[in-house]
Amino acid sequence: MSEDVKDVDRSLYDFVKSEEGYERFDDGLNEEFVRAISEKKDEPEWMLELRLKALDIYHKLEMPANWGPSIEGLDMDHISTYVSPNTEQAASWDDVPEDIKDTFERLGIPEAERTSLAGVGAQYDSELVYHNMREEVAALGVVYSGIEEALHGPYEQMIRDHFMKLVPLTDHKFAALHGAVWSGGSFVYVPKDVSLDFPLQSYFRLNAMGAGQFEHTLIIVEPGADLHFIEGCSAPKYNVANLHAGCVELFVGEGAHLRYSTIENWSKNMYNLNTKRASVAKDARMEWISGSFGSHVSYLYPTTILKGDSSSCEYTGITFAGGGQNLDTGCKMILNGADTRISINAKSISKDGGASTFRSSVVVGSKAERARATVSCASLMLDDQSRSDTIPAMDVRCKSASVGHEATIGRISDDTILYLMSRGIGEEDARTMVVNGFANPVSKELPLEYAVEMNNLIKLEMEGAIG
Amino acid sequence: MKHLLTISGLNAGTEDKSILHDVDLYLDANQTHVLMGPNGAGKSTLGRIIMGDPAYQVESGSIEFDGQDISEDSPEKRSLAGIFLSYQAPVEIPGVPLYSFLRTITQKRPELKASARQFRIRVNEICEQLDMDPGYLTRELNVGFSGGEKKKIEMLQLLLLQPRLAILDETDSGLDVDALSVVSRGMQAYRESCDGTLLVITHNTRILERLHVDHTHVMVHGRMVERGGSELIGRIDAEGFERYGVHEEVSAS
Repeated sequence: MSEDVKDVDRSLYDFVKSEEGYERFDDGLNEEFVRAISEKKDEPEWMLELRLKALDIYHKLEMPANWGPSIEGLDMDHISTYVSPNTEQAASWDDVPEDIKDTFERLGIPEAERTSLAGVGAQYDSELVYHNMREEVAALGVVYSGIEEALHGPYEQMIRDHFMKLVPLTDHKFAALHGAVWSGGSFVYVPKDVSLDFPLQSYFRLNAMGAGQFEHTLIIVEPGADLHFIEGCSAPKYNVANLHAGCVELFVGEGAHLRYSTIENWSKNMYNLNTKRASVAKDARMEWISGSFGSHVSYLYPTTILKGDSSSCEYTGITFAGGGQNLDTGCKMILNGADTRISINAKSISKDGGASTFRSSVVVGSKAERARATVSCASLMLDDQSRSDTIPAMDVRCKSASVGHEATIGRISDDTILYLMSRGIGEEDARTMVVNGFANPVSKELPLEYAVEMNNLIKLEMEGAIG
Repeated sequence: MKHLLTISGLNAGTEDKSILHDVDLYLDANQTHVLMGPNGAGKSTLGRIIMGDPAYQVESGSIEFDGQDISEDSPEKRSLAGIFLSYQAPVEIPGVPLYSFLRTITQKRPELKASARQFRIRVNEICEQLDMDPGYLTRELNVGFSGGEKKKIEMLQLLLLQPRLAILDETDSGLDVDALSVVSRGMQAYRESCDGTLLVITHNTRILERLHVDHTHVMVHGRMVERGGSELIGRIDAEGFERYGVHEEVSAS
């Protein structure tokens, strides 16, 4: 059965708004720019110092080489690191400029906010344009605001104590870049024993051509608290490279629970070099749900450090690599506490010459007595041109720990298609059904609207897959 | 008179091997047929060719269903026209819940239009008929089910879709006595519930005990060698395929 795959219909995400009247810094990067960003944001002195230190480290570090897919197409001299839509952040959609509001309407954000979210943040290029949270959630002492805004309030010291502490500036070249030019992103603080019934969501939209987006997300969940945070990302397609080098730092307190869900659908000219990390205290639980559909090249490996005894982490991820995409995704787990448990369940689909690599690293420290780790990854290749690789690494330094790993790589068998067709299902629908079923363990972890969005993305990817 | 299925002068096989030679077969509506033959005779191949498995090519001859030549039709089209094939080894499809799969395949057929409630009632009725745990319905299609359970799921689809022609390919193979009795009950229920025609491919005579068989066909080395009534079954049970020049035990358990 042949597969003649058409270009994917991305019309839902692929629309461009005018940049007229926007403030845009020249391409490239130097101290003058970094100072200008800081000045524009009227930041505390320590933040400017952090930026300058980061810039210095950035210049000293080499571009990553011999790691994953090539990023040669990314020319840092032609990436604009700061583009501002020149609008004030609003707490009502009515106050958001019309074309930007229209963008988020088309992405369904205000509607989701009304029906199923406790709060929403929306970033457009380098700046947040909207941030709002339900009053009853604010009344519980929950803070959900732009991180820059929070720097000017009572949480400045808390941010200073945590900002780029989990992801040090020296972590890698793009972490240093992020430290130097970061802009926008959300700050979340959930007080002790507070549980949110609905998720908070931040949506990042990169509209400007040849630009970078460097938002910083900092979440602190105090002991016994419970939060579900959702991050969505998209951008229209341009013929020049765009860069996303965001940073996410998550602190999960004793006995707390944090679920961090991402649906990433960057356009296929995007270099997505994002860094996410969580620190998990005693008895706490961290969950990552990750759907990666977009970007040209991705390096994305959320890292979890299980510091506290009896803490746990689950990673559930799916990556869909179509033509022209090379997505290197997975996760890293560092088990330091005793009786810690992690499970990794990753799925990848590659199609139309796309390449998908699952990369995981599990490190069990010498004090992680009785730690348990299971890693399971499954790949589905939809044609002969596509590629799928699995690179699981394990470093176990504790004798009482138990680790398990299983990997499968497969194709959709002719017998499967025949079975479904002989029950009256068309060939394209049969393939979509199998792919959706394959992705089901991930989509069922997502809130309904996102599960629907993910199924639609898969459907769009699969449409026209039959010649 | 038009037959439900008419196969004439069929020569077919895979790209590098011809398997069926000059096969003629006709089946009328509302009948039960049995296709017997030693291992490797081409029985399953015939079933798959009737269903339209693209792994096989028709070299010459014709296949007509309800007066229409279907030899160019996709398996999907043949299924919607009323042909059903139950496989020896039904495939497992992870992540697809059985219940929603059943709903999908039912909704493809306008003649089976039912409200969500009517559908649920119908499915539960069939489950009871087949002695099936309704808990199966929320599980993934065929995933982790035993051979017997998978065959029950095939029978469930058969009773739900009520096809005009149902081909059961070795549905009895590898089943324990209980599962065998469920399958046999399912076949009976299908024949009683609609005027569909059953073509049972088997070399196990036990499954046929409770069934009124109208015709028996014997296939050896890709050729139809005999057509008779139900008395053929008893004879083959006793003699095997000796008289057709094949020395093979016929399984009676």
